[in-house]
Amino acid sequence: MRSNDIILKTTSAIIVFVILAFSVNLFFAGHNAPGGGFIGGLMAAGAFILLYITFGLKTMQKVLRVNFRYFIAAGLLIAFATGVGSFIFGQPFLSHTFGHFHLPLLGDTELATAVMFDLGVYLTVIGVTMTIILTIAEDRG
Amino acid sequence: MTNLIILPILIPLIAGTMFVFFRKRLPLVRTGTQIATIINLAVTAYATFHVIQHGTIVLETGGWIAPYGIILVGDGLSLSLLLTTNVVAVAAAFYAPFSLDKGREEFYFYSFFLMLIGGVSGAFLTGDIFNLFVFFEVLLMASYGLIVLGGTRQQLRESIKYVLLNLFSSILFVTTVAFLYSVTGTVNMAQLSQRVDQVNQSGILTTIGILFFIVFATKGALFPLYFWMPHSYTKPPAVISALFGALLTKVGVYSIIRIFTLIFNGNIDYTHTFFIVLAGFTLIFGVAGALSTNNIKLIIAYNIIPAVGFMIMGVGIFSDVSLSGSVYYLVHDMVIKAALFLLVGAIAIVAGTSDIRKISGLIKDYPLLGWMFFIAAIVLAGLPPFSGFIGKLQLLQGAFANGHYVIAIIALMTSLLILISVMRIFILGFWGEGMELPQEKRSIRPLYFPISFLLIFSIVLGVGAEWFLPHIQQIGVDLTEPSVYIDAVLKE
Repeated sequence: MRSNDIILKTTSAIIVFVILAFSVNLFFAGHNAPGGGFIGGLMAAGAFILLYITFGLKTMQKVLRVNFRYFIAAGLLIAFATGVGSFIFGQPFLSHTFGHFHLPLLGDTELATAVMFDLGVYLTVIGVTMTIILTIAEDRG
Repeated sequence: MTNLIILPILIPLIAGTMFVFFRKRLPLVRTGTQIATIINLAVTAYATFHVIQHGTIVLETGGWIAPYGIILVGDGLSLSLLLTTNVVAVAAAFYAPFSLDKGREEFYFYSFFLMLIGGVSGAFLTGDIFNLFVFFEVLLMASYGLIVLGGTRQQLRESIKYVLLNLFSSILFVTTVAFLYSVTGTVNMAQLSQRVDQVNQSGILTTIGILFFIVFATKGALFPLYFWMPHSYTKPPAVISALFGALLTKVGVYSIIRIFTLIFNGNIDYTHTFFIVLAGFTLIFGVAGALSTNNIKLIIAYNIIPAVGFMIMGVGIFSDVSLSGSVYYLVHDMVIKAALFLLVGAIAIVAGTSDIRKISGLIKDYPLLGWMFFIAAIVLAGLPPFSGFIGKLQLLQGAFANGHYVIAIIALMTSLLILISVMRIFILGFWGEGMELPQEKRSIRPLYFPISFLLIFSIVLGVGAEWFLPHIQQIGVDLTEPSVYIDAVLKE
């Protein structure tokens, strides 16, 4: 049974970008406003899931050739690396620091190493959510 | 360098995460795991040496000072348990490749295994009660993965019980931490100890203490709450049973020792007498279970319960001698339970069954296995030259010195029954007419190395007691004086 779901496909193609942009916004807002790696990661996973619902598992596996399990491991490794990074400077584990940098377009920006840790959380959350949902969705006879 | 104390947690976690990328390349993952566990053992041994020489190591993560940040505390108790954990981990890493099937190994066995070791190390090292909960969850999540890995029918059935019960006790754990935080306003163990002491452990705090005891008694398999343990520990393959039997219940026992010597020590008449009564029932019921079954794996699994009873008895008596007896028994029991589970796994591999009535006369074909099992059995029962003896001797000394005669007699009787329960395996399984082996005589030589490694460690622990005993007695003295811990953490 193939129903004509052109409205769903057209709208979700636009909405996915809005959700992904919102997820990145949440991710960077985390330091001074509600948000952070966890909710940002869930949002991004939500966008991917919308794509999978709209276009189906087979199409998406052709387009998005990533193994979401590696996201979990990569995220964890990034989080560990930010902790271990403080060893080099002779500081206790997980010490964080920040500095003000002059970036083109953005001007004076405060950059903190805590963002790296959040990036690890972000990737791990995407990986875990997508792995759970895609494993349940796949039917192997 | 205080960062030394985070390494036993980080090395297994990082190694376990990296092996996710190469799950199909088994030779690489196997050797990688073995190397990671050996490095971890070396680091822990160095840290233990450092603690013996220079005293407690305190790491304030992120540079935030003690009551405000998360701290890791490596004192004598934590590090002696950590060292034993890593000895067991090395043996398991060398036993696993020869005893597991390819499917289990490829589906992230080594990652789960290393995460389990990371979680256990974290639980031993943390100095903050909420982080204790977090590390409990890390090790429990890994153990959920390990218990169901392979997906046989029996494993699925037992894993449901295991997960439900542990989820329930974790919920109770969080609730209890919330109660304690609302009464005292802190989750740092050293500051908790001070604040509970300031108000003389009033009624509500004793209630919270007993709630904590229920949580850890569920995790540690004490008398009314042990029913889930023996079957769920024996259904997975032998190496996983060995890890569970050696490490998981012992984390519960460690938490009881830590919390009831450091924080809730103001109302000993009530709480610690309660522990002695429960320890008595745990001893009796555990050993009754061990005598009741014909499954060799179940006999060993039931033997975990009286061992936990011995350790809790030491906490209940609450003197420096009995506490050091508990710690000695804890270290001894982690090693010997791992060795026994690995031995029983080897017996089940060669005999093709784990029913004791169907096994006989194995000593003709496998003499080394037989004598190894004999040594392990008498180490477990506590015959004099071996390590089980010294722990029990101290526990009994503590019991008689403080007038707890009933529990001392129960403990002595239980030791005899433990000996009978394991000697049944030796006599029925190794003596007698030779049995029909299910297949051609199988070489199990690779399995001997990890088992003999554990047995040698256990024998050194007993024969070389003069080297270890002074340090462990010092741990017992430190445990009765919470001020030692508080001063090290809060630096006053």
